[in-house]
Amino acid sequence: MGILILLKTASAGTLESSDCLVTVSPAEKLKLEYKGANSEVFAERTMALVENVSKRYSLSGAEISIQDQGALEITIKARLETALMRAVKGVTKE
Amino acid sequence: MKLCRSMLYIPGDSPGMIQHAPVFGADSILLDLEDAVALTEKDAARKMVACYLQDYDFKDLIVTVRVNGADTEFFDYDLKEIIPCSPAAIRIPKCNGPADVLAADKKIEEIEKANSIPVGKVKIHAMIETAVGVENAFFIASACPRVQALTLGGQDLTADMGVQKTKEGWELFYARSRVVVAARAACVDVYDTVWADISDKEGLLKECRSIVGLGFTGKAAIHPDQIETIHQAFMPDEKEFRKAIRIMEAAENAKKEGKGVISVDGKMVDAPVVARARHLLELADLYGFERSGS
Repeated sequence: MGILILLKTASAGTLESSDCLVTVSPAEKLKLEYKGANSEVFAERTMALVENVSKRYSLSGAEISIQDQGALEITIKARLETALMRAVKGVTKE
Repeated sequence: MKLCRSMLYIPGDSPGMIQHAPVFGADSILLDLEDAVALTEKDAARKMVACYLQDYDFKDLIVTVRVNGADTEFFDYDLKEIIPCSPAAIRIPKCNGPADVLAADKKIEEIEKANSIPVGKVKIHAMIETAVGVENAFFIASACPRVQALTLGGQDLTADMGVQKTKEGWELFYARSRVVVAARAACVDVYDTVWADISDKEGLLKECRSIVGLGFTGKAAIHPDQIETIHQAFMPDEKEFRKAIRIMEAAENAKKEGKGVISVDGKMVDAPVVARARHLLELADLYGFERSGS
């Protein structure tokens, strides 16, 4: 699999309860901004999830913002992957 | 296979509802990628459903997915992402004839093979929601072994017929009857369309009793509040339940004694009656009926 390079800013998700709003933007390094009522409790978990997804997609770098409204890990993963796909529009570089 | 009286539609892009699915009490859920999802969110819903199918514990719920129609740009993407997650079944909208089912069957088989999933594991629930689909119902149901159920789509069908969908439901009477007979002839399950008025439980119960009487094996729900009413309609009558016990006991005794013909309550009992009694007892188990003291 090639390296995933973000081409533009993209979002996925909502601010409804049990959901989250994920926004990703092109950046040289991986940077996470994680907000929400329980963001301190779940900070480590979410960082690990973001790193895991980034590694799996060979993401070169990204500025990632997550507004967590009480989402399960599965939901955050789905929203993050959707945002990433929207930001690359299927473009990969070998 | 587990009996499936209720099938709750849940929008594929609604994680709050998906994660609560096991507590709603439905026998099965239908994660919807089609009508419940806005055109701009098809990719998000597809990803959400795939992630939940892969990682979430739905307990003993039967999980099916309604994909977008084969005539849309989303169909192939839906299959490509969802089939590898092995849902119990894929509900395919607007099946007009066996060719629609066979085309989907071929695509699903290719994806199953590519992902080391046993061929035929992911079943097809074929939606009948056009006049031509109703007329071809038996051929759709028997198109291939992957077809596990026919499902009636009342809203689209009435639109195709150019008639109003009413609470009385006479405009669907022929379609319901035809689809049930087709499904039964092909030995597949058959699910009725949704009841749209969430606040009218009395109307829902009346319709449920009617479709149970016609022979439907289950009904779709669009709100968790409808599940209890649907299950109420499928609940066996106490008298029928006791009779079913007597039939099964008589059938078992006849088998032990090598008798081919039995009678219960003075009436001849043959194989279809025994099969019906067996089904009724399975249904009664879901309601916790006590078999002792018959």
